[in-house]
Amino acid sequence: MRIPIITFRLPNGLFVTLSEDHTAPIVAVNLWYHVGSANERLGRTGFAHLFEHMLFQGSADVAANEHFELVQRAGGTLNGSTWLERTNYFETLPSNQLELALWLEANRMGQLLPAMTQQKLDTQIEVVKNERRWSMDNQPYGTWWERLPALCFPPDHPFHHSLIGSMDDLSNSSLDDIAQFFATYYTPDNAVLSVAGDFDRHEAERLIERHFGPIPRGKGKPPLPDMSLPPTLGEWKREVVPDNVMLPRLFLAFRSPAFGESAYYAASVCGAVLGMRKGSRLHRNLVRDRQIAAEVQAFTFDLTKGSDLLVVDITARPGVSAEQLEHEVASEIDHLIRDGVGDDEVRRATALIQTDFMTAMQAAGDRADRLSLFATYFVAPELVNEQADRYNAVTASDVNAFARARLGEDNRASLLFVPKDDAPGQLIGASAAEAAE
Amino acid sequence: MSATVASPRPKPGPPRDYRFPAFERLSLPNGLRVVVAPVTKLPVVTVAVVVDAGAVCEPRGHEGVAQLTARLLLEGTARSDGAELTERFESLGASVDASADWDCSSLTMTALTDNLDPAFAILAEVLRSPAFSAREVDRLKAERLAELLQLRAEPRGLADELFSRFLYDARSRYSLPEAGNEESVQAIGRDAIRAFYEARYVPAGSTVIVAGDVTVERAERVVRAALGDWQGTASSSASTIDSAARSDRAVHLVGKADAQQSEMRIGHVGISRGHPDYFPVVVMNAVLGGLFNSRINLNLREQHGYTYGAFSAYYWRRQAGPFEVSTAVKSEVTDAAAREVVGEIERMRQQPVSDEELSLATSYLDGVFPIRYETTAAIATALVTLVVHGLPDDYFGRYRQSVRAVTADAVLRAAKAHLRPDALQMVVVGDPELKASLAASGLGPVRVYDAQGRPTG
Repeated sequence: MRIPIITFRLPNGLFVTLSEDHTAPIVAVNLWYHVGSANERLGRTGFAHLFEHMLFQGSADVAANEHFELVQRAGGTLNGSTWLERTNYFETLPSNQLELALWLEANRMGQLLPAMTQQKLDTQIEVVKNERRWSMDNQPYGTWWERLPALCFPPDHPFHHSLIGSMDDLSNSSLDDIAQFFATYYTPDNAVLSVAGDFDRHEAERLIERHFGPIPRGKGKPPLPDMSLPPTLGEWKREVVPDNVMLPRLFLAFRSPAFGESAYYAASVCGAVLGMRKGSRLHRNLVRDRQIAAEVQAFTFDLTKGSDLLVVDITARPGVSAEQLEHEVASEIDHLIRDGVGDDEVRRATALIQTDFMTAMQAAGDRADRLSLFATYFVAPELVNEQADRYNAVTASDVNAFARARLGEDNRASLLFVPKDDAPGQLIGASAAEAAE
Repeated sequence: MSATVASPRPKPGPPRDYRFPAFERLSLPNGLRVVVAPVTKLPVVTVAVVVDAGAVCEPRGHEGVAQLTARLLLEGTARSDGAELTERFESLGASVDASADWDCSSLTMTALTDNLDPAFAILAEVLRSPAFSAREVDRLKAERLAELLQLRAEPRGLADELFSRFLYDARSRYSLPEAGNEESVQAIGRDAIRAFYEARYVPAGSTVIVAGDVTVERAERVVRAALGDWQGTASSSASTIDSAARSDRAVHLVGKADAQQSEMRIGHVGISRGHPDYFPVVVMNAVLGGLFNSRINLNLREQHGYTYGAFSAYYWRRQAGPFEVSTAVKSEVTDAAAREVVGEIERMRQQPVSDEELSLATSYLDGVFPIRYETTAAIATALVTLVVHGLPDDYFGRYRQSVRAVTADAVLRAAKAHLRPDALQMVVVGDPELKASLAASGLGPVRVYDAQGRPTG
């Protein structure tokens, strides 16, 4: 399957990708800004994400929350998200509403600042603090999101610090920070616009030029520090976190080839061999056969600079200690390095990856998002059509070479959550003995 | 400071017509029904086998047997043990899942079109000859018990579970978790699973839904070949009672010492999916709490900064599922947030919604309709709803006009009939010290519980 792709660049630097598909009257507009938590300065952790919230607080011609109102009134869905290396904003709408989404995105790219007020910022700081409590602080294992990158990247590396940010840094954010961040990063030459679905190519080009064309190019963004890293951690790092949890859970991370490198695909397939679905090694051996674990998965962060992370996430069955869990997972990894994976395991993994990819590509929003991803990171949206071949090209010997190079004891980071004894934050009456009565 | 992009707000162009995918119904001589929706966008097919084996069919004391039975289908057949069966599906790239909800059990599979025939043959094998080996039965029970153990420390899941318990009459199946509790799961043996399977997994009353890149002829051929000679005696229909535990408003505080947030569920018993007020209630809920710009979220999040989000929903079942407001707020504003929610629910009943609010809700529900059905999995899920709730074949064809026909008067009538502020049950998983402020807030009597739902004060 190949999707049609057209690309062009406006004089102000905005990179545009278009992909037509007229099977349903639906269109997706997807904008990636090439800025994420990695670009934050010291003392402002969490700012890229807080800023994403502020983009829904209106712009010169749009009132606070009117962005949501206008898109939903048009019958559309929308959201935004922040990651280490990018921030995205997206709408899927009935196709006759394409111009509304383009106008809204252009209005906030061009003229956000007139709508910014201290009161809006104060409210969104509170909202984000509640998001932090909800997703991390008040959620069992929730802090893994900031602990794992902190364990795997050196303190001065841009991937080290928390994406959601510290409560203090959030409190210290000011309108001046907003103005500066906006001028630096929210410029057409630091963005990619993708449109997928039911539209006329010439009409879309005309509308994009009309709404985004007048926005001036930025003055360039400060370069990120050197992000290159040795291929391995150099040791087995370990952090044990006593938490308000009932069962031990291990996040075992490995530095792995950056997203986009050819070796990335071998790493991704290796992750699927280890932890994708019930036929994966760790599920088959530790969940099904040995019954040491209750659930397992493996995934990559898809980071493009310095190093990616391959992560195995596994939760113990009741009665299995954290040490035993870690030991058993390590034994499986050692076994994989020693004896290698089979062709059948690679075929299973790539078959599942292909089906998932095809399934996702049915939705206009997913298509547009993948186009933006490859355009933002590699200025090559056509890579979306090459993913199937890249995965199909991965052989067992590629996976084994990856495993030997990257899964060894000199490249492991264990983040191990264990039930706190006498936990003050424990739910009252929630001790394991009582719950199992 | 920046360039002007001043331009009038864009007007929409003429809308293009959209129709929910046409589907055909067939019946096999053994009573099995087949629904096929050909969709030719990408070479993908989703199959869903719907069986009348929901949690409401379970024998008392064996709550959770529906979920265990469904999950065990994929853990081994007469021909292949669990590991080999998984390997057979996954080497075809087929993504497969089995689960039970309140009203049905379903076995779903998505595969590339080229692999449909062999993948469907395995699916049929799973449906017809599950092994229910003692080892896998024990393992899945233990995994469910581990899940329940985790729930005791997980505020969101715990709030959901205890909300159901405090909401429904203790005799209602709805008062217990969909997949059973510690006691009921432990009581389920291999024989009970086999018996549940024998009684409920039969062709009459079951439906195979095929959505995706396939013709009606090919789907029919594939289904007939694999399930045409499936035999069994039709099962009886089942139901549960859906009455409330109490009729007065009450606060149930589940203690979590040093909680940084209060996880809240506020609601009462709602109405069944088949209720004639379905559309007015859906629109009414969209104004109250179904959208980002609904009253509850704008109040709690955007006006007060109490929360990351606050939403309301009616959960649709064959009998009356819950009406429920969900949010998590910082501890110190728990009582204030609860009062705001009650206030918004009362306000829905007091005056008609504005034209702007009504049109936001109806134009959203109308416009978003095609976007809901972009994937074969979403189309199959929609057809599962059609089958489970016995909706008419033109239901999706008429959906958008049904939404647009709802008036402000109908919304007010729906709010008066189906929102009951005096009957709200409020579950707060949070700091037990909140008892005093909650008691002083006039919301209702407050009791404190532990994570098992046992009263402690």
